[in-house]
Amino acid sequence: MLQLKDLTLTVEGENGPHNILNDVSLTVEDKKFIVITGPNGGGKTTLAKVIMGLATPTAGQILWNGEDVTDLDIAQRAKKGISYGFQQPPRFKGMKVRDLLQIAAGRKLNHAEACSYLTKVGLCARDYVDRDVDTSLSGGEVKRIEIATVLAKDADLMIFDEPEAGIDLWSFAKLTETFRELHDRQEKTIIIISHQERIIKLADEIVLIAGGQIQHKGPAGDMYDKIMAQVVAGCNKLV
Amino acid sequence: MLNEIQKRILQEVADLANVPESGAVNIRSNGKKAFRRNTDNIIIESKSDKDGIDIHIKPFTKKENVHIPVVVTETDRHDVVYNDFFIGEGAEVKIVAGCGIHNCGDCDSSHDGIHTFHVGRNAKVTYVEKHYGEGEGTGKKILNPQTVLYLEEGASVTLETVQIKGVDDTKRYTKAVLGENAELVVQEKLLTHGEQYAESEMDVFLNGKDARTRVVSRSVAQDKSVQLFYPRVEGNAACFGHVACDAIIMGEAKVRAIPEITCNHVDAGLVHEAAIGKIAGEQILKLMTLGLTAEEAEEKILEGFLR
Repeated sequence: MLQLKDLTLTVEGENGPHNILNDVSLTVEDKKFIVITGPNGGGKTTLAKVIMGLATPTAGQILWNGEDVTDLDIAQRAKKGISYGFQQPPRFKGMKVRDLLQIAAGRKLNHAEACSYLTKVGLCARDYVDRDVDTSLSGGEVKRIEIATVLAKDADLMIFDEPEAGIDLWSFAKLTETFRELHDRQEKTIIIISHQERIIKLADEIVLIAGGQIQHKGPAGDMYDKIMAQVVAGCNKLV
Repeated sequence: MLNEIQKRILQEVADLANVPESGAVNIRSNGKKAFRRNTDNIIIESKSDKDGIDIHIKPFTKKENVHIPVVVTETDRHDVVYNDFFIGEGAEVKIVAGCGIHNCGDCDSSHDGIHTFHVGRNAKVTYVEKHYGEGEGTGKKILNPQTVLYLEEGASVTLETVQIKGVDDTKRYTKAVLGENAELVVQEKLLTHGEQYAESEMDVFLNGKDARTRVVSRSVAQDKSVQLFYPRVEGNAACFGHVACDAIIMGEAKVRAIPEITCNHVDAGLVHEAAIGKIAGEQILKLMTLGLTAEEAEEKILEGFLR
């Protein structure tokens, strides 16, 4: 179980201190599939980064399986079963797709194993497994490889930051199918930051974040229509 | 025969645990011939006018290897050797050279390998040269290779040079003259640390129609080491050339890259690029999310970059 308690992240802005996250508390039960959504600049990515250790909260506490991981670094959290898919993943000159997948899996992967992760994200595996993760790949390709590394890591908690960003329609369909399988297997806790209806509708629960705060949290069925009404109304708070 | 130090160096520079069981071999140790073996198609002969060997590879020799490693284990040894390769038409060979210096003394030890390749029509050569230094003495380990290549029509050479560890000072010069439809690929990998100095200068002349070259130099400069790259490509016919210098800089190191391209023909297409920078923070963070420590992540990034 993941518990976020009173998380605040304050930065110095031009007009003084500014809270990117403001007293955020959230409990995610084991093996639940949560989608975090909300307007741009609302704090979604920052919250995900704080959970992974990529950003440091000014105040608050993060408990993972009952253990306080607030002061652990990224690698320590990764070893405890937290993983993260970047919204804009980096490229690596000279590092092959297979290398990244093997680092993620923590062991040597045979050809079929490496390819299976790429197939899950809609890549024709044999064309990619021995390619460098460099500028010869498009942004969408790198993004799908990034998601494949999270799948290869097979952590108990998988966080994906806008996995749909930069991915074409055909690959997105395959990706949605993969997320649906993850959901249906109910073996992992999944947190996805997304604006995509097809991903949002997979969720057990939807969390709406705006202005650095959780505005609402609830079952997908109830929440989706409310969010749409809110989008139409042009306001951040659910009515 | 070779002692344990020599065997270890042989392993480092030529991936040989011992003398290979097949193929042509010439092992040079401390300025003298330590072992030689010819094959039906590859004849190695000592020069009569100066120190060095001539390697004759018969036309249409296929899939044979030549190993010519050099080992220096004496301090104050300054070895200069001239090796000339004559590769016959249509031959396909892999040549593994390389030099390792073990210097435990206070005086410098050096090896200057001056290699000239005459590559016949449609011959295909892969030349691998690995440099390595070790030893606790204060004497420097110095390697100054010169590689000169003449490629006839349709010839193809892949030049892989690697210097990863222990060489205090190196000045490399490479010159290649390409005829019609000839191809040269240069893959240079270099890592310097401490206060080491490395310089790599190159002249590639694309003289024949449809000649082409691709020069890729990747380096890592750590600590207070200094690196200088000066690859020059000249297009004198309808040809194509691409030069790329990529360097990762760390600590207080300094790297200077000056790729130069000259077109003397309207259909010569030459491109150069150079990039020097530190390891991107996002790369380390990404690998940390996969469970590596920052140090392990850095090591993996460098390992991939220099592969």
